[in-house]
Amino acid sequence: MRYRHAMLAAAAVVIGFSSPATAHRQWLLPSTTTLAGTSEYVTVDAAVSNDLFYADHVPMDPSQIKVWAPDGTEGKIENAATGRYRSTFDVKIDKPGTWVIGTERSGVMGTFKVGAETWRVGGRGRPGPGGPGAMPPRAPGAPQGERPGTMGGPGGGAPMKSVASVAEIPANATDVTLTETYGRNVVFITADAPTANAYKPTGKGLEFQPITQPGALASDEEGQFRFLVDGKPAANVAVTVVPGGKKFREAEDAQELKTGADGVLRVKWPVPGMYWLNASYSDAKPTTPRATERRLTFTTTLEVVAP
Amino acid sequence: MNKKVLPALPLLVAGTFAAPASAATVSVTVPKVNVAEYHKPYVVGWLEPTAGGEARTVFVWYDLKKGGREPGTKWLADLRTWWRKGGRSLKVPADGLSGATRAPGTYKIPIPANLPAGDYVFKVEAARETGGRELVSVPIKLPRGGGSASGKTELGAVTVR
Repeated sequence: MRYRHAMLAAAAVVIGFSSPATAHRQWLLPSTTTLAGTSEYVTVDAAVSNDLFYADHVPMDPSQIKVWAPDGTEGKIENAATGRYRSTFDVKIDKPGTWVIGTERSGVMGTFKVGAETWRVGGRGRPGPGGPGAMPPRAPGAPQGERPGTMGGPGGGAPMKSVASVAEIPANATDVTLTETYGRNVVFITADAPTANAYKPTGKGLEFQPITQPGALASDEEGQFRFLVDGKPAANVAVTVVPGGKKFREAEDAQELKTGADGVLRVKWPVPGMYWLNASYSDAKPTTPRATERRLTFTTTLEVVAP
Repeated sequence: MNKKVLPALPLLVAGTFAAPASAATVSVTVPKVNVAEYHKPYVVGWLEPTAGGEARTVFVWYDLKKGGREPGTKWLADLRTWWRKGGRSLKVPADGLSGATRAPGTYKIPIPANLPAGDYVFKVEAARETGGRELVSVPIKLPRGGGSASGKTELGAVTVR
């Protein structure tokens, strides 16, 4: 069909990295973020899509999900299932306090040249917002070649050669450009009174220190969240805040904000509902040898109730 | 959460309470709702200083008897404003504070007399199973200085005198 030929021609022209036009967002959607007592579970949807929280694209891999109980010990997920568009899993919330559930990924990606040929290092595509590194696994039946960042469609130009890790870069490589990535995509679930351990800074990456508690956000109260980089408040961190349920409103109501000089993000909520928040930061201070840039992200889903 | 109450305070069942002349009481009306599946609402009343500060729970009515896999405490978080203003730190049952859910009617509850004088807001929040949730706020002055407000759906009149 004509459209398919046009797609193949376009794919064949793509050589090397172009700026990602994709806005695919990786999200977790918990059934609730506040619980009374310790007799319950939360159930969480995990997916990658454009619109929040509408699963219409690919699922996240539940084996990547970690659980941290309020005392810092690791918990587990139960009943994980991967569907065509979303994964789901349950977490038993059997201790009072604030739980953290989500993914934590670090990696190195980039390119180098061998002669005139450009090779890739690391993940299979550009990191989408909300999740650095490799794209999620293909669900059974998912269409080929439509994933953002995939090089060369079916029958299009030859895909870029790649090595899995920095250690495999050949000695004769030139123009080695590497970016270190570290990102967390987590949700905070509070049973009874919140506990602070969930937000204890580790000094690593882009960290989230809520001033207004994630389990106690209301649409008539400004949300305030401090972001830290290397343990210190970080100014000018770019943060995207989007409410879910776009088709039940006129406007998308997405906000592109920046943290202030004190590292604090101040956000007003246009509507009550679940919000996707994605903060990203990059600079030239990686810790991985041979990397020249680092890219840090923090993503969460916040529940903002009606007053 | 400070749970201190007057030592002689009995757990109220219904009806009036012979309060000392200086104590304020709040009267709360649980309205009759004509639906096929009616459940008595969870209702909570608390005081917040107008200038901001810790909430002080005055009464909370919930399904005390339900235990097992889904204990009655599960739905206390549906009283979402109270929950985030301090309800989540309250251990229930709490002497003189917590009680069973009540049928439609008007109930008088004494307001603790040991609060510092000043401007407060008395808030009552109700949540009903398979029904709605409503929050009614009454600005008052303690120790004397009543007020009144009314809900539209899940609460009737709330009067402090």
